[in-house]
Amino acid sequence: MIEVQNLSHDIHGAPILRDISVTVPKGGVTALVGPNGAGKSTLLSLMARLIPRQQGRITVDELVVGESDDKDLARRLAILPQTVHAASRLTVRDLVGFGRYPYHRGRPTPDDRAMVEDGMRLFDLLPLAERSLDTLSGGQRQRAFVAMTYVQDTDYLLLDEPLNNLDLAASRALMARLRDLADNKDRTVIIVLHDINFATAYADRVLVMKEGRLCADGAPQDVITETLIQSVFETDAPLRTVEGRPVVMV
Amino acid sequence: MSRTALGVLALSLLFVGSLFVGATPLSPMDVTTPEARALIWDSRLPRAFAVVLTGASLAIAGQIMQLIARNRFVEPMTAGTGQSAMLGLLVVSVCLPAASVGLKMALSAFAALIGSIGFFAITRRLPPEEPLLVPLVGIVYGGVIGSAAVYIGFQLDMLQYIDIWLTGEFSGTMRGRYELLWIAGLAAVLSYLVADQFSILGLGETVSLNLGLNYRQVVLSGLVVISVVTGLTVVTVGAIPFIGLVVPNLVSRLVGDNLRRSLPLTAMAGAGLVLASDIFARLVVHPFEVPVATVIGIIGAAVFLWMLYGRAQHVS
Repeated sequence: MIEVQNLSHDIHGAPILRDISVTVPKGGVTALVGPNGAGKSTLLSLMARLIPRQQGRITVDELVVGESDDKDLARRLAILPQTVHAASRLTVRDLVGFGRYPYHRGRPTPDDRAMVEDGMRLFDLLPLAERSLDTLSGGQRQRAFVAMTYVQDTDYLLLDEPLNNLDLAASRALMARLRDLADNKDRTVIIVLHDINFATAYADRVLVMKEGRLCADGAPQDVITETLIQSVFETDAPLRTVEGRPVVMV
Repeated sequence: MSRTALGVLALSLLFVGSLFVGATPLSPMDVTTPEARALIWDSRLPRAFAVVLTGASLAIAGQIMQLIARNRFVEPMTAGTGQSAMLGLLVVSVCLPAASVGLKMALSAFAALIGSIGFFAITRRLPPEEPLLVPLVGIVYGGVIGSAAVYIGFQLDMLQYIDIWLTGEFSGTMRGRYELLWIAGLAAVLSYLVADQFSILGLGETVSLNLGLNYRQVVLSGLVVISVVTGLTVVTVGAIPFIGLVVPNLVSRLVGDNLRRSLPLTAMAGAGLVLASDIFARLVVHPFEVPVATVIGIIGAAVFLWMLYGRAQHVS
């Protein structure tokens, strides 16, 4: 369970998050949605200790973010950063292998190697294993990074707008894999999404944010309404229900 | 594996060959005579070791710097580290003229560390989508520090020292005068032990933090390695440009960016390049010689241009 209590955050004096309190229980896919600048990425980065906490408290099970050892947190919670613009010449196998670093600290055991192979198989990366990252397409590279966070074998997996730069097929495939991790591998997935339709299609729960506040929280079919789209996104996109699921008509 | 064996073989041949190149003629037939032994023991062997240690450690320092900066176009000599080491050395020579070589080296390395931290503090703010800004800022930054050193040197009539520190060459290398370079070699070897951590640094701060790496501590330890290597090189043989830039780039093209795999090759290639250049420097105007930094400057500039050109092609 990730518990956020009274979290506020300023950047250069501008308020980014205002008194956020939310609990994400174990299991399922939770989507963070909201307009640009709502504070979604900041919230996710704070949960993953990527930026120092200013006010409030975040706990991941019994670990306190910002106080517990980084090495312990790295085995409990993994984050896929928003953009990875490294023109790195690491091979896919090397990159995925670094996901085991929090466990072996530089000396991989046969178990670690087996998990890396397993992760590459799950994400269809075996044919690309020896390819260098700078020769991959954006979607393949993204998949390699997700596989790295997968083999990190954490209970919680945080992803910051992973669908940026992905085409429709790659986006659907990634979301289906995340859904599978939540359903069959007991992972808890928290994901920042821009496209509401992806959130309603794949998430169990949506957290809607605007101007640094949490303004709605619940199952997609309960939360996502035309009124909400109008008040939060300030656009009058109509909403239809297709196969029991709200779909924003863009 | 065969690539490594080939590298070791080539390096060994260069190493042995370099023992028989110099102003005093020496043929492999004569090595049993006492004069020849003295020559090899006091001059040729120390020179060969100094060259190998300098080349290997500068190449590794360049590779670590490129991973920390996440930029393939930086190296200690174009990022203010070399100039800071020189400025530190100058200040020590003025304020504590009686200081031992060890103290001079330590203070020079410390100045190099401060200079590198300054470089990273400035370039952190540059937009990541403009990779060529980083080396440009580094050159300007190094130029400012270097001109401060020249100003002090000019005022105190010490310009000839600056000239010596700026132009790396091995003609003065003798037993008893190069041994500090083994520390640079040791620093380079130690960096192999934490190779994974440096490789992860190359993926950026976010990925490093995610994997539980103490980002600041690893960056700082990388900067210490770079500064010790640079400081020692400037104190003992003088600055040698381009090794830290060209060698890691060539090796990365060959074997990729996993430091665990590339570091030994980087060390061998750096050592081999400086060794070959030093042999050439001794032969080109035989029995005189030109500074090895000049030879490497010419080779390095050509390779650097090729790299820039090759990159432009790759992007388009």
